[in-house]
Amino acid sequence: MRFLQLYNYEIAIFLAMVGLYIVVSRGNLVKKIAGLSMFQTSVFILYISMGVVDGGSVPILTEGVTRYSNPLPHVLILTAIVVGVATTAVALSLVIRINEAYGTVEEDEVHQQDESF
Amino acid sequence: MLGTLSNDLPALQVVVPLMSAPLCLVLARWPRLVWILCVAASWTSLAISMELLDQVLSYGPISYAMGGWAAPWGIEYRVDSVNAYVILIVTGIASVVLPFAGASVAGEIREDKVAMFYTLLMLCLTGLLGMTITGDAFNVFVFLEISSLSMYGLISMGRDRRALTSAFQYLVMGTIGGTFILVGIGFLYVITGTLNMADIAQRLPEATQLRTLHTAFAFLVVGIGLKLAMFPLHLWLPNAYAYAPSTATALIAATATKVAVYALLRFVFTVIGPVTAYEDLPFGEIAMALATLGLLTGSFVAIFQENVKRILAYSSVAQIGYILLGIGLATALGLQAGILHLFNHALMKGALFMAVGCFFYRVGSVRLDDLRGIGRKMPWTFAAFVIAGLSLIGVPLTVGFISKWYLLQATLQQGYWPLALLILGGSLLAVVYIWRVVEAAWFGSPSVRANDAKEAPLGLLIPTWTLVLANLYFGIHTELTVGVADLAARTLLEAIR
Repeated sequence: MRFLQLYNYEIAIFLAMVGLYIVVSRGNLVKKIAGLSMFQTSVFILYISMGVVDGGSVPILTEGVTRYSNPLPHVLILTAIVVGVATTAVALSLVIRINEAYGTVEEDEVHQQDESF
Repeated sequence: MLGTLSNDLPALQVVVPLMSAPLCLVLARWPRLVWILCVAASWTSLAISMELLDQVLSYGPISYAMGGWAAPWGIEYRVDSVNAYVILIVTGIASVVLPFAGASVAGEIREDKVAMFYTLLMLCLTGLLGMTITGDAFNVFVFLEISSLSMYGLISMGRDRRALTSAFQYLVMGTIGGTFILVGIGFLYVITGTLNMADIAQRLPEATQLRTLHTAFAFLVVGIGLKLAMFPLHLWLPNAYAYAPSTATALIAATATKVAVYALLRFVFTVIGPVTAYEDLPFGEIAMALATLGLLTGSFVAIFQENVKRILAYSSVAQIGYILLGIGLATALGLQAGILHLFNHALMKGALFMAVGCFFYRVGSVRLDDLRGIGRKMPWTFAAFVIAGLSLIGVPLTVGFISKWYLLQATLQQGYWPLALLILGGSLLAVVYIWRVVEAAWFGSPSVRANDAKEAPLGLLIPTWTLVLANLYFGIHTELTVGVADLAARTLLEAIR
């Protein structure tokens, strides 16, 4: 049963591994970025899961509620999401320029061109 | 006015370069003005860092509550002898590299991109300084990403199209490293419920979830290891250094890895504590093994490179090995040697990459073939390269000798004489790769490109020689660097008790 209770952590680990695998195994630079985003997203889920307090309510001040979930990890992850978006934007713009310079976004073709260069 | 400002020095240290970054874009139409602004900002940062170091040395650590929110809740900037020293390295290098940037950037970057380049340069500086000065674990991650993202941009601005692919490669590896650090910090938060470094350190001894702590430590070491180019994780470094614009290479090579080493020191010694790192977990052994491997392979591979910037980049991997070796020893003397080498390596790599930048300015290439005979055409630049190269090898009267001397003493103190031999072997390999450049540049018959070259302009030579002379000055007057490194090492080790 414990395995099922921790399902959000398992999802986080699964996403992280899939993301890393895509980064390593795919030769297409855009797919690499997709994998990288997935890997980052898994950490967001990990952080948000940390904030859960057993029996806690949504962290908005309400009358009659004394137990709240911890909102700090959520706030932290907002920052990390911004970082993630910025990284993806920089990465995609690099891919556009790589495409302009090489005419391809496949990693092996880029390397091939550089060797003859 | 000045009285109240001096209380805010830790914040100003980060805010000055941060504010000058958008100003660069506003002034984009006048590249010359942008340059002057950046030089002024970097010199102001240097002045602030000197004042901070002075205050720390006379009155002890400074704690600054950002926005007036007190420590465990608000973000604390904490300056002690360790990071005051690293900040001095970063601002010192920046205030020499930025004057150099004036002519070098004008020669390498398209005019409409110049303001962008300076913006990124200032953001990179902001990130590095913020990472060093902050006392908040999550803040380290944020500043790390600021510096990394701007570095990817800086590298991609190189003239060669391979700059783009190396920036992409660095982006992928750097993001994975940054995310690992984020996971590590998250686990530390799970254990302690706080993000303030001093607070985490205080609460960790009571922690019962040792497996979570060990996992956090592993994530942090691998993540920071990627950033500092620890041996098997160094693959992004050679290309990034080789194809970035000369100014960016000089700044990044001399400061970025140093700040990452500082982050490692901070997390290992102050936050997690050496007992967990060295006794419960084999951090010392792993660091020493990887350091030795990095030292040997880095130096070996450097010998076979045809691009001078790549030679120096692989030599950086080797030099990181020296620093890690000192940290791995975990004795007061070893740490002191490692910290000392942070400063000294920044001086020599900064000088070397700036000299190469001068060559590039005149020749338009840094391939060994194209640089044949350049020494006779550009004697002053060549002399700067040779002196900085001697410092890299570790010849007496240069800074390289001082740090290697301390490192040798530290290994011999522990009775690790094979390691001492390896350090000397590494120096011999450095002789070989520096000699390859000297041989080509001085004894080779001039290449077509070198034939038309003349001496680099003063705007490039003066900053380069400033760093070269600093290499000699701190090789003779060692009181400041050795004294502060000793103090920093003791501060880190005191955290145990």
